[in-house]
Amino acid sequence: MAENEFDAIVVGSGISGGWAAKELCEKGLKVMMLERGKNVEHVKDYVNAIKGPWEFAHRGTRTQKMIEEYPVLKRDYPLNEKNLDWWASDKDCPYTEIKRFDWFRGYQVGGRSLLWGRQSYRIGDIDFEANAKEGIAVDWPVRYKDIKPWYDYVERFAGISGSKEGLPQLPDGEFLPPMELNCVEKDVAARIKKHYGGKRHLIIGRAAHVTAPIEGRGICQYRNKCWLGCPFGAYFSTQSSTLPAAMKTGNLTLRPHSIVTQVLYDKDTKKATGVEVLDAETNQTYVYKAKVIFLNASTINTAWILMNSATDIWPEGLGSSSGELGHNLMDHHLGVRASGWVEGYEDKYYFGRRANGFYIPRFRNLFGDKRDYLRGFGYQGRASREGWSREIAEYSIGAEFKEALTEPGRWTIGMGGFGEILPYHENKVTLDKTKTDKWGLNVVAIDCELKENELNMRKDMLTDGMEMLEAAGVKDVTGHDGDGTPGRGIHEMGTARMGRDSKTSVLNKWNQMWDAKNVYITDGSFMTSAACQNPSLTYMAFTARAADHAVSELKKMNL
Amino acid sequence: MINRRDALTRVSLILGGTIIGAEAFLTGCKPAAPALSTIEFTDNNVSFLDEVGETILPTTESSPGAKAAGIGAFMRTMVTDCYEAEDQKIFLEGIGQLNEEAKTKGGKDFILLSDEDKKDLLISLDTAAKVHEEGKAAGARSHYFTMMKQLTLWGYFSSEVGATQALRYVETPGRYDGCAPYEKGQKAWAL
Repeated sequence: MAENEFDAIVVGSGISGGWAAKELCEKGLKVMMLERGKNVEHVKDYVNAIKGPWEFAHRGTRTQKMIEEYPVLKRDYPLNEKNLDWWASDKDCPYTEIKRFDWFRGYQVGGRSLLWGRQSYRIGDIDFEANAKEGIAVDWPVRYKDIKPWYDYVERFAGISGSKEGLPQLPDGEFLPPMELNCVEKDVAARIKKHYGGKRHLIIGRAAHVTAPIEGRGICQYRNKCWLGCPFGAYFSTQSSTLPAAMKTGNLTLRPHSIVTQVLYDKDTKKATGVEVLDAETNQTYVYKAKVIFLNASTINTAWILMNSATDIWPEGLGSSSGELGHNLMDHHLGVRASGWVEGYEDKYYFGRRANGFYIPRFRNLFGDKRDYLRGFGYQGRASREGWSREIAEYSIGAEFKEALTEPGRWTIGMGGFGEILPYHENKVTLDKTKTDKWGLNVVAIDCELKENELNMRKDMLTDGMEMLEAAGVKDVTGHDGDGTPGRGIHEMGTARMGRDSKTSVLNKWNQMWDAKNVYITDGSFMTSAACQNPSLTYMAFTARAADHAVSELKKMNL
Repeated sequence: MINRRDALTRVSLILGGTIIGAEAFLTGCKPAAPALSTIEFTDNNVSFLDEVGETILPTTESSPGAKAAGIGAFMRTMVTDCYEAEDQKIFLEGIGQLNEEAKTKGGKDFILLSDEDKKDLLISLDTAAKVHEEGKAAGARSHYFTMMKQLTLWGYFSSEVGATQALRYVETPGRYDGCAPYEKGQKAWAL
């Protein structure tokens, strides 16, 4: 095999890219994984993971210089002092916002698998069937029975802690022992269950944390410093999980600093032949060839690569024959919160920092409920005791004030909604040929907004959230409809959707591109609808399934 | 990404809703007013702020006070690096104003007042600051004493002495108990 020739190329090293590399390597393929950012070595490069809060000059917060240098990242929590290195530079990598879209990117080996929230939920037939039943966009080409074994498979390897609940809207999985709700959360859960006659549920979050031994991984130590990298490898990331498995086969070559600029396409064979890479450090261009290509560059960047590819045949790029490439961009809409304080439990506290909260699965537009919008939302939240950042009624200065602040305050509880965004053809990314990035490459333009369905849903998110807390006896409940700008969910999806018909979708039911059968796309871009659950686990399952299909097709000489 | 979102909420609750200097992250599109590049704190300013901080959070039997946490130097770092220019101006002028208040009410410089007089003065400033925060228009700047108090609490409880002596800090808890007994007097967790 020539030096630049592999059996498979995986573009991107985040959650789905890591899975693609692991599966293809374990099935015996020689794999090149390309990552546009720098390398991050497991444990060794988690330089801030064991620092105390006092070891950060600004105690973790942002400086004015950072605010100036990160005009996008500053819009929400990602701009911070502790892991700034793991967020992409807004200056080097600009994009065009036709409408405001908060795009928070992680360009390094591991991508956002180092930074993710680790909430891991299955989507079920309620979600897979929704488009068809409601006449929205196109039908998913798969059903839950097709994906279930792959959810089982990836959960067992990734390590997902959770509780079995038997809810049709949130299928159970192959779980490690669940983390524990604290006593106030348990009380609120019981009250919600009673008040709503068992139709609404507050459960412990299902999180990609190892809570019982898994080979090669450490058990969660309840430090809640996950986004600095876990020295125990206790949460799922490329580094802790899929990369070591892929490396162990001896079949993986990992190349950081490799910006894939296009997929090379041969019009005679109607197949991709490889990719072109721009070395981010040297600006040299390289070509890598392979029999099969997995695109896992993250939803918007995967669309960008395709829009730059095979433009001599399709002006809008490889995969654009249906007219859907780059369209149907989705996220989850966030920003609606409800909170209050809880009487009693002064003699209860917690030990350990649980990097997980509670989850209230979707209950709207299900089981006979009918709203003036489609689909639904879930909530994520937690109860905790107030710390030093609170007012003390009796004291404002001095020794008594200080002593009062050193003890925990009242219990409070808060939660925020995660709502489904429908796939709209007009929510899209395109190439902006008037603007270039640090490497002289044209950037993407993002044109995406919430529409009436989402805005109506937000009203329910607010009133339902407040009503549930009040029903649970929470005091002084307040609600807030904050910022629902798309992108802030950091769950970009949909720009190369799956479907049953090559005329209306980019991928077939195996995540295989209709226009080039040896190209598979298994990052968020394949999602035909968004559901309201955190999507990463679904990417893992579809990736493992697609890798299995690709290898079997290769063996049959079909690729 | 629940936990990181929660962390943000926790921090933004410090003293009535916002962190001075970091507000741009909540409003998103607000253009950042650049910080003053020439802002100068003198060593006297730092020791003055140490005294202010120590009055707000003094040394007690159970733990050292804000001065032991280097609170003056912390305020200098935060105001210099994290505050917008207008807030920097309010803060720096506030140092002079606080001292003038001391002279008017106590007849001498703040640092020369007795501990009791320092405390009384800061209690009156705290009241004035709260009136200011409650009455101010949306987007208007905070009172200088709100800034000093916020930075004192933040700097102290996240410092090594604050986190490990005034509060309890366990680097690696190793387990989670969601229903642990608590007795009045036990310290809160630092994180």
